[in-house]
Amino acid sequence: MSSSTTEEGSLTKKDFVTPNDVRWCPGCGDYAILNAVQRTMPDLGIPKEKFVVVSGIGCSSRFPYYMNTYGFHTIHGRAPSVATGIKVANPDLSVWMITGDGDGLSIGGNHLLHLLRRNLDINVLLFNNRIYGLTKGQYSPTSEVGKKTKSTPAGSVDYPVNPLLFALGSEATFIARTTDTDQKHMVETFKAAQAHKGTSFVEVFQNCVIFNNKTFEPITGRDVRNDQILYLEEGKPLLFGQDQDKGIRLNGLEPEVVSLKEDGTNQEDLLVHNPKSPNAAYPTLLAQMTYPSFPTPLGVLRQLEGRETYEQSVVGQIEASQAKGEGSLQELLTGKNSWVVE
Amino acid sequence: MTPSTDSFEEIESAVVRFAGDSGDGMQTVGERFTDSSAFAGNDIATLPDFPAEIRAPAGTLAGVSGFQLQFGSRKILTPGDQPDALVAMNPAALKTNIDDLPEGGMLVVNVDSFKKMNLTKAGYEANPLEDEDFRKKYHLVELDLTSLTKDALTDSPLKPSDKARCKNFFALGFMYYVYGRPLEPTLKFFSDKWAKRLPDLADANSLALKAGFNLGDTMETARNRYQVSKAPVQAGLYRKISGNEALVYGLVAGAKQAKRELLYAGYPITPASPILEGLSALKKFGVKTLQAEDEISAMGMAIGASFAGDLAVVATSGPGMCLKSEFIGLASITELPVVIVDVQRGGPSTGLPTKTEQSDLMQSLYARHGDCPLPVIAAHSPSDCFDCAMEATRIALTYMTPVILLSDLYVANGSEPWQVPNAGELPLIENKFANPDEEFVVYRRDPETLARTQAIPGQPGLEHRIGGLEKAEDGGVSYDPENHENMTHLRADKINGIAKSYDPISVQGDAQGDLLVIGWGGTYGAISSATKMLQDEGFSVSSIHLRHLNPLPNDLGDLIKSFKKVIVPELNLGQLSTILRSTYVTDIIAFNKIQGKPFKVAELREEFSKHLS
Repeated sequence: MSSSTTEEGSLTKKDFVTPNDVRWCPGCGDYAILNAVQRTMPDLGIPKEKFVVVSGIGCSSRFPYYMNTYGFHTIHGRAPSVATGIKVANPDLSVWMITGDGDGLSIGGNHLLHLLRRNLDINVLLFNNRIYGLTKGQYSPTSEVGKKTKSTPAGSVDYPVNPLLFALGSEATFIARTTDTDQKHMVETFKAAQAHKGTSFVEVFQNCVIFNNKTFEPITGRDVRNDQILYLEEGKPLLFGQDQDKGIRLNGLEPEVVSLKEDGTNQEDLLVHNPKSPNAAYPTLLAQMTYPSFPTPLGVLRQLEGRETYEQSVVGQIEASQAKGEGSLQELLTGKNSWVVE
Repeated sequence: MTPSTDSFEEIESAVVRFAGDSGDGMQTVGERFTDSSAFAGNDIATLPDFPAEIRAPAGTLAGVSGFQLQFGSRKILTPGDQPDALVAMNPAALKTNIDDLPEGGMLVVNVDSFKKMNLTKAGYEANPLEDEDFRKKYHLVELDLTSLTKDALTDSPLKPSDKARCKNFFALGFMYYVYGRPLEPTLKFFSDKWAKRLPDLADANSLALKAGFNLGDTMETARNRYQVSKAPVQAGLYRKISGNEALVYGLVAGAKQAKRELLYAGYPITPASPILEGLSALKKFGVKTLQAEDEISAMGMAIGASFAGDLAVVATSGPGMCLKSEFIGLASITELPVVIVDVQRGGPSTGLPTKTEQSDLMQSLYARHGDCPLPVIAAHSPSDCFDCAMEATRIALTYMTPVILLSDLYVANGSEPWQVPNAGELPLIENKFANPDEEFVVYRRDPETLARTQAIPGQPGLEHRIGGLEKAEDGGVSYDPENHENMTHLRADKINGIAKSYDPISVQGDAQGDLLVIGWGGTYGAISSATKMLQDEGFSVSSIHLRHLNPLPNDLGDLIKSFKKVIVPELNLGQLSTILRSTYVTDIIAFNKIQGKPFKVAELREEFSKHLS
């Protein structure tokens, strides 16, 4: 981000809390995410007045009302458009976009696609709870096939979209995943998103306690998470498990889970995490690793550097044009083929 | 090459129409004829008429493209009801246009294209040029345009097929001779456009133009030359301008006078795309243009930019307005200024993408859910688009509201001479920015305008949230029943109050009498001309043309009462007439045409006179 800096330590979490009552259901995962964002922002070196939080419609999209920053609660699915307008109008602002699986991947899928490919320097947090919560429990584009909801009493027949693969297909330069159950990991991931110059797409596993409770429990549950989560760290081999004794090895084009103890595999045989690889094959491979066949990767899957941001390009063209001289309104109005009547 | 005027017949005005295949360059020659006539000091009005398909199959009726202009030594308000001279480049162009040419009119045809295949494509069983009655009916000028052009370009290095493509300029040169037009502006156009990049093409087109002109000089047609003297206009600096161009300049001027950066977001759509293209070329004015992924997103980008302090503008046509409507509601409830331009075309749905209509008035007034009145204004001519763009900007920023500016295809693509304003004398436009030294209350209002103030992100201490949920004055979400009613009233009262800022209605004619004609938008020229004719004949008829369609002017009700009858001509099923009937509970005569074409002066005159007897 190009935002000017503020003195470190001068802001605290309290500065980002509004007096408004937070109206999510008790036990909703959104509280944890709100807390993590409010803990992240004071440490970014950005003055409070430079933050703008933009959202669409849905439970997650009430977020701006609870952030004591500039904020805009827009309409369903369209937050990327409003965020784009804000960022291009003033590239100096730190724009955070909050969306959900329905808002971002169903009604707003097209806008999210174009935001990502344009690479505006905006942080996108997509709260994925695999359900429509605010409308009281219909299946969402990330719900699993067969999901029984009020609108699918016989089970959903829609094949779900994988948010990370969607982001990759949209040419996103930063793709990460975190979970509402892990404050520390969320704060780290949000900071990494902010540090990236370009659109940062972060999927947050979020629990809807009312309509889809414990949907991520098989992955993030206290008793299984060590065996089900693969924490990604740049330059480190893909290791997981209670004793860090399992890993991911590439067999041809297929990833496979190997046990260091049982298979006699060495750490050197494992894939080493490189989020900066320009080849989309690697993050695709990670994004396709899903429960129950594979551990679920959390962390930064992809961080491509060097692609210019959209707002830089827009402003750059204007600056290049104005370097040759700013426009004269009178010359514009007169044009090149005027005549005088006497 | 300045033509001598010895053999000219002096006429007050003339209407010329060029018609050919959409690939024949008819729009280009029409534009050039317009430039040349402007250069000659005539008043002008133009009507481009082209098919929706870029290149429909050659020679077919669907592929015919036309351009009509009227030029004169008097005030010219319309492109003319019917041509005095028709140039038909092929049988299809003849077939689709000949019914408009009056008996005795000049008909210039490219006989090279009147071959069996083209005749069949146009649906002619026999060659009409061989019909004796047909030949007697018009003043027929048969030119072997294709071969004449090729002959004129014998020495040109262009390929034979490229040489043949210069025939439109040969035809143009011939018409220049007939109407004594200067060649200089067109020769300069060739030089500016091609001299550097494609010098052979510039030379070939110049040769073809001159050859066409010289042919006129050597033909017997010489006895039919016409002279149109300079129109008497106010002294000053003039240029030719189209509606979309004027709109672009008005937006740039509006942003400058408001000291805001201009951000335009658009999605390609006929006939609004030239606004996106025009603004994209103005980077040296700091204009940011975003080509959005769809119409919805363009509106969202504008709302975001408005929130961040830019002058935000979108332009589209009817189908795009449909898509933007949810976002327009958001701009209304968040009270953010956005200028929304709708260049109307025939509808509903894809409708008639390249034909004009005035059928989005009801949509502009009402197509949002909830009670959501917005200011709506309409431009009445190409140059009026400049003033309307500045007026839309003024209303948007003064009242903190989205504004809908209606143009239409006829106004957008038409062109006319325009007295160039002095940029230094344009009015300043004030912003309603929050005072950073005072407590900021999001929906606290100016008691005069009822507008809220705007705090721009980046300013310390003014952090606040806005959004689509109903809010209390302090900006907090409120579901309180009384608050919602109060806020709905406040938003409506704010819009209604805009009428206090209008100038009094300008009446063409007396402010009382037998018949009042009320028009809006692109019908101005035809209504004014028809009214003037009847006034000259001694009838008690007056006309007004409404720029402000919502809120309506406060003095309109009394004016309506001052006439025995009121008629509203519109290119729709009767939208303004319906509004006026319900607003003023009075009888209104509706006169409607929905053919994708503008009114003819004659048909309005005839209709008006029916109500004057």
